Amino acid sequence: MLNFTIRRLLFTIPTLLFISFVIFFILDAAPSDPTGNLPLTIPPDVREKIRESLGLDQPMIIRYLLWCKQFFVNEPLNLLAQWGINIGDPDRLRVISFQTRSPVVDLIAQRMPQTLWVVGMSYVVGVLIALPIGIISAVKQYSWFDQMGTFISMIGFSVPTFFTGVLMIVIFSVWLGWFPSIYDTTLVVDSWRTLGLQIRQMAMPVFVLALFNAAQISRFMRASMLDNLNQDYVRTARAKGLRERTVLLVHVLRNSLIPVITVIALGVPQVFGGAIITEQVFKVNGLGQLLIIAIQGGDIPTVQTLTFIFAVLIVLFNLIADILYGILDPRIRYD
Amino acid sequence: MTPETTLTAAPKTAAPATEGDPLVRVRNLKMYFPIYRGVLRRQVGEVKAVDDLSFDIFRGETLGLVGESGCGKSSAGRAILRLYDVTDGQILLDGTDIAPLSGRELRRLRPEMQMIFQDPQASLNPRMTVASIIAEPLDEHRRLDRRARMERVFELMDAVGLDRDFANRFPHEFSGGQRQRIGIARALALNPKFIVCDEPIAALDVSIQAQVVNLLEDLQERMGLTYLFISHDLSMVRHLATRVAVMYLGRIMEIGSRDQLYDDPRHPYTQALLSAVPEPDPAAESDRHRIILEGDVPSPANPPEGCNFCTRCPQVKDICKRETPAFRQMSDGRFIACHLV
Repeated sequence: MLNFTIRRLLFTIPTLLFISFVIFFILDAAPSDPTGNLPLTIPPDVREKIRESLGLDQPMIIRYLLWCKQFFVNEPLNLLAQWGINIGDPDRLRVISFQTRSPVVDLIAQRMPQTLWVVGMSYVVGVLIALPIGIISAVKQYSWFDQMGTFISMIGFSVPTFFTGVLMIVIFSVWLGWFPSIYDTTLVVDSWRTLGLQIRQMAMPVFVLALFNAAQISRFMRASMLDNLNQDYVRTARAKGLRERTVLLVHVLRNSLIPVITVIALGVPQVFGGAIITEQVFKVNGLGQLLIIAIQGGDIPTVQTLTFIFAVLIVLFNLIADILYGILDPRIRYD
Repeated sequence: MTPETTLTAAPKTAAPATEGDPLVRVRNLKMYFPIYRGVLRRQVGEVKAVDDLSFDIFRGETLGLVGESGCGKSSAGRAILRLYDVTDGQILLDGTDIAPLSGRELRRLRPEMQMIFQDPQASLNPRMTVASIIAEPLDEHRRLDRRARMERVFELMDAVGLDRDFANRFPHEFSGGQRQRIGIARALALNPKFIVCDEPIAALDVSIQAQVVNLLEDLQERMGLTYLFISHDLSMVRHLATRVAVMYLGRIMEIGSRDQLYDDPRHPYTQALLSAVPEPDPAAESDRHRIILEGDVPSPANPPEGCNFCTRCPQVKDICKRETPAFRQMSDGRFIACHLV
């Protein structure tokens, strides 16, 4: 297993370099202009100067290699310097956002907590409600509960979050006034009262996203349980005279969870990617919102860095899913 | 050849008086599976997988249950072990009717009766080690400490000829024959009296089949087991069984001692079935008279009127298409369901 992991990690290096190049190439080919959002009164020659100062007059390949140096060398060294390990000249050029002129990594660090709280919590909640729903739906297939579960899953799947989000705002903020419609990032949780406020402002975005996540995972769980319920070894377990609970929870569930855990692991990078639309609807200034603003402003370093980090997470969690599969299923051996 | 007793009438019917004392008595067992169709999934019919079976299994014997695929032999075996909820009928195990039991009461009787399954690969939980597969019924039904439990597991592994070193391996690491040995050890863990062997050798290589059959015979002798041996392998049943029951489309056509059935089959279906067994001797094989049945087996969801075999019987008479033949005992002890004998 260790050899497998090391081999796979080595393989990710060329994969990720290739991905970073492709992202850079696409961003360069896109007709976006970092000066496009500036006032129209700025004359063209000044605009050209601004572009030059951003380094946009250099050929694409030079800019790509510079980004590589900044991201792969300077940023890690900078991170080490923050921990007190100084290597080389501390005046290194970092990946700087075109829009805010602050280092992209710092921007990401600022946005990360909101995204992890809201989107991460919605994923946890989604998984926690999806698993029991999937299990009960499968055990009582075609029952009233199962039909309801299918119906709600279909809604969660097919109704987009920009609709459910706005609908929730109309019902719970405008009509009932239970929850605030705007997420307040400046809220500091230091007492029970502020914790209550935090929970209230998280409730709606978390619910909207959790519905979406739960819809998908509960279907997987149900299908996987149904697959296993008809297996011969389940009949063997019943013939052993085990309690139905033991049969379902020990034999069926444990085997059914293998593919579901893989699906859950593969979904984790999406949490870090943020939920662009839901974050917009509830004004959560998380990573998704950072990305969409950067795209609108033609902020190539921010878009490049963010997208690349997403790519790293996806590759990493694919590997984690594979390793989990190997640990959970004794039939699978990698070496 | 005069009919002496009938077994179709009521559950109260006198048991067939044959040698030995019965461990399992099955009376009028019916196992119907509902068919759901349409948008609202209404029940539109039922598959009569097992339709009115009555027979006894005597202590220490092996009753062979033969028939072509789809005739309901596996369903019958599972229904008798109450792996299904039976539609109707009685199953008396040592005098207790287990047909209406459920839940805890049924579980308490599980140690008495066990099953050896057809597919040794699929019937073992892939995520459990051999030791935990064998020990699980012990955990459920017996209070043993760790050491006593491991001792019992090793004992069982020895009994079925598995190396003790394999205790911590997973089922996929074994060959088919070894997996079936695990399945047998698991079935034996609670010292059952009655074991249903559901085609235990059908999924195995011919060279391994003999080993497993010898193991089953050996265990029967040592532990005084009673088998219901379900198989479509007529030669193997002849080798193993003391009595044989022939099933067709959910019903027993003929049941009798092995020699009666193989040497002198009376029912037209038994005759046709046994005529399909190849002879090892080429001379005998060349003038073996095969009875070729016409047509296909009717659907068990819609069995024919009268005798179930009437659509394919070479000796069919008018009465066969009108009346279901009674399951009668012959003067020589065998039971048969046919108007012609």
